[in-house]
Amino acid sequence: MFKKTILMAAALIATVSMAQARDQIKVVGSSTVYPFATTVAEKFGKSTSFKTPVVESTGSGGGLKLFCAGVGVNHPDITNASRRIKKKEVALCAKNGIKDIVEVKVGYDGIVMANSKQSEVFKLTRKDIFLALAKDVPAGEGKLVPNPNKTWKDVNSSLPAIKIEVLGPPPTSGTRDAFAELAMEGGCKKFKWIKAMKKGDKKLGIKKDKKAYKKICHTVREDGAYIEAGENDNMIIGKLEANPKALGIFGYSFLDQNADKVQGSTIEGKEPTFEAIADGKYPVSRPLYFYVKKAHIGVVPGIEEFMNEFAAEKASGPDGYLTDKGLIPMGDTERADRKKAVSTLANLKM
Amino acid sequence: MTELAFKGPEPDQLRRRHRAEKRFRLIALLSVWLGLAFLSVLFVIVVTSGADAVRQTKILLNISLDSSEFEGGKGSGLAQIRKANFEGLVKRSIRNDFPRAKSRKQKRELAKLVSSGAAYEVREFVEANPEKIGESIDIWVTASDDVDMLLKGKLKRNMPADIRQISDQQLIWLDQLQAEDRLETQFNWTLFTKGDSREPEQAGIAGAMIGSLYSVLVCLLISFPLGVLASIYLESFAPKNGWTSFLEVNINNLAAVPSIVFGLLGLAVFLNFFQLPRSAPLVGGMVLALMTLPTIIIAGRAAIQSVPPSIKEAALAVGASPIQAVFHHVLPLAMPGILTGTIIGTARALGETAPLLMIGMVAFVVDLPVTFTDPATALPVQVYLWSDMPERAFAERTSAAILVLLAFVGALNLTAVILRNKFETRY
Repeated sequence: MFKKTILMAAALIATVSMAQARDQIKVVGSSTVYPFATTVAEKFGKSTSFKTPVVESTGSGGGLKLFCAGVGVNHPDITNASRRIKKKEVALCAKNGIKDIVEVKVGYDGIVMANSKQSEVFKLTRKDIFLALAKDVPAGEGKLVPNPNKTWKDVNSSLPAIKIEVLGPPPTSGTRDAFAELAMEGGCKKFKWIKAMKKGDKKLGIKKDKKAYKKICHTVREDGAYIEAGENDNMIIGKLEANPKALGIFGYSFLDQNADKVQGSTIEGKEPTFEAIADGKYPVSRPLYFYVKKAHIGVVPGIEEFMNEFAAEKASGPDGYLTDKGLIPMGDTERADRKKAVSTLANLKM
Repeated sequence: MTELAFKGPEPDQLRRRHRAEKRFRLIALLSVWLGLAFLSVLFVIVVTSGADAVRQTKILLNISLDSSEFEGGKGSGLAQIRKANFEGLVKRSIRNDFPRAKSRKQKRELAKLVSSGAAYEVREFVEANPEKIGESIDIWVTASDDVDMLLKGKLKRNMPADIRQISDQQLIWLDQLQAEDRLETQFNWTLFTKGDSREPEQAGIAGAMIGSLYSVLVCLLISFPLGVLASIYLESFAPKNGWTSFLEVNINNLAAVPSIVFGLLGLAVFLNFFQLPRSAPLVGGMVLALMTLPTIIIAGRAAIQSVPPSIKEAALAVGASPIQAVFHHVLPLAMPGILTGTIIGTARALGETAPLLMIGMVAFVVDLPVTFTDPATALPVQVYLWSDMPERAFAERTSAAILVLLAFVGALNLTAVILRNKFETRY
């Protein structure tokens, strides 16, 4: 009886793995691109004769790791990313036989700092954000001290005397990476001697130390002023409603959908509106991408059609259905470039 | 004699003991009540927020299925029907109702009253009733999620227009529709018959339910026989040596391993080595089986231990073989305990998302899974995915999915109780 069961199990596994050909596109990657990719996948499945693609939410890094694991039906065809692919990842792909990758830019996503409607709108600059949230802040030339700022007034005298309390995503999140890079580093660079560390400056006598630069600019304080609120942005909005004194960090689409509960702070005088993010005036916004494995095009049916659907004007153009979901479309020239890239399937250039 | 006991210092001592007794009872009762209170708070919150999801706002549209819209005219086949522009038909129909909407912005707002799935609903209707081509039909189509939220009172009319998802003009149109009895909430069949969707009004949990059912089935099929056989062997046949006790320690440790580790194991073994498909409930069930196995073995051993040895010895004494003694006498008596352990393990597996993440079941799957290798999600995964969606209408659907998950667990527990009572034998 034992032998029979084992044989049967082995036979089952064998038959399943024999079923090799796949007729359904598999997409993995960023949780920020997930709401957009799923919308496109659903429309694609309903309007064509292809099966609806399966979209997994694995995070940008996790998605690229799966994507670069190899060629073949057991590996995903497409990965979404809320940042550009890294050189390291391209190398990993190449090592596993994935030489040809097509990069398609989807659009932009704004990151907002918002608070409850019951309070005043915050008027912030990136420097304020850095001084309020960095672990160590500069005290004079070349010196750092543990962040002494307790209230927003300590950071900038024009801000209210409210305790600094910011709810944001944990370090595993792509939103947090982008926030550190765009908002905090943006403010951090305003200090000349820190900026000099990035490339080195002979005149100031500062040696190039990119690692230290990144550490100063990207490290968030851990004394309770920055509260890690989990990956769930809806939860942050709920907490902001309950605590009108706190600020929260999340993607623009959540501000758009909850405009009756929260308001976005202005950054460098720019309100986080659709228009301001689209024309690049709002400083904290990042591009979103997806990457396609060229070797799978023609093997798994529908990949090219799916790419065209994603890049079509009716999807990610200025009036496309993805804008209803909070995607910020690209400008005309960028869209024209993308159209060319999608139709020629141009290889990724780093 | 008893009167004597109350003399001297003893009554005081007795009173103290009674007081301690009372205190203990009170604390025990309090903890029970506290547990119940938490449970009922959770229930009230989930039920009140999930109840709304059972109803969905619909709009009655009059759509003229002009035969010129269909390639094959009145006798169009399925393929020809699929090619027709149903989106255009729906848009035209609602524009006919409100002919004064002229500007592009107004037309867009008008189209946004109905769900983008309305066109597919009309298509499905025509596919089922091709003889209606050429006629004009009245059909209830799904309203958009914003309209739904407004009718359910989750979007307030008195909010300033610039932050309300519904414009003033749309409010006027909706009022007119309501006055004509063409706007009402109906039972939300979509929620229980469809797969996931990015539009909350079209999203359903049927796909996740099937996925969960398949996974749990596979999990039970693998872990129950394996677990029972392992516990019988360890209890009744294994030699008592260092090797056996090493095994025992490891099984106990395995029960305490975080579930994500089993996911990683599944990824390495089932997906990468055996090349099984990603996102399949078959693999999900196998991973969950690994997780449930130690729980079943531990419960099974305890249950077998609790069967009096005299029963087995009596069987052996009248000539039964050891296997007969175990399968005819010990196992039936141990069954209620084993089943309890199995159900506890399975209920835990049913609520698990972490190991499923690694094998690709945390995914957006629209098509309902049919076989065990089709891509699928599970109920807890659906809860997790919906809770992270920006659209507010997903919040109530999240609660509804939680209720369905709880119902699943409840059904599982009920089966356990019934089976336990059936197998319960007194000796």
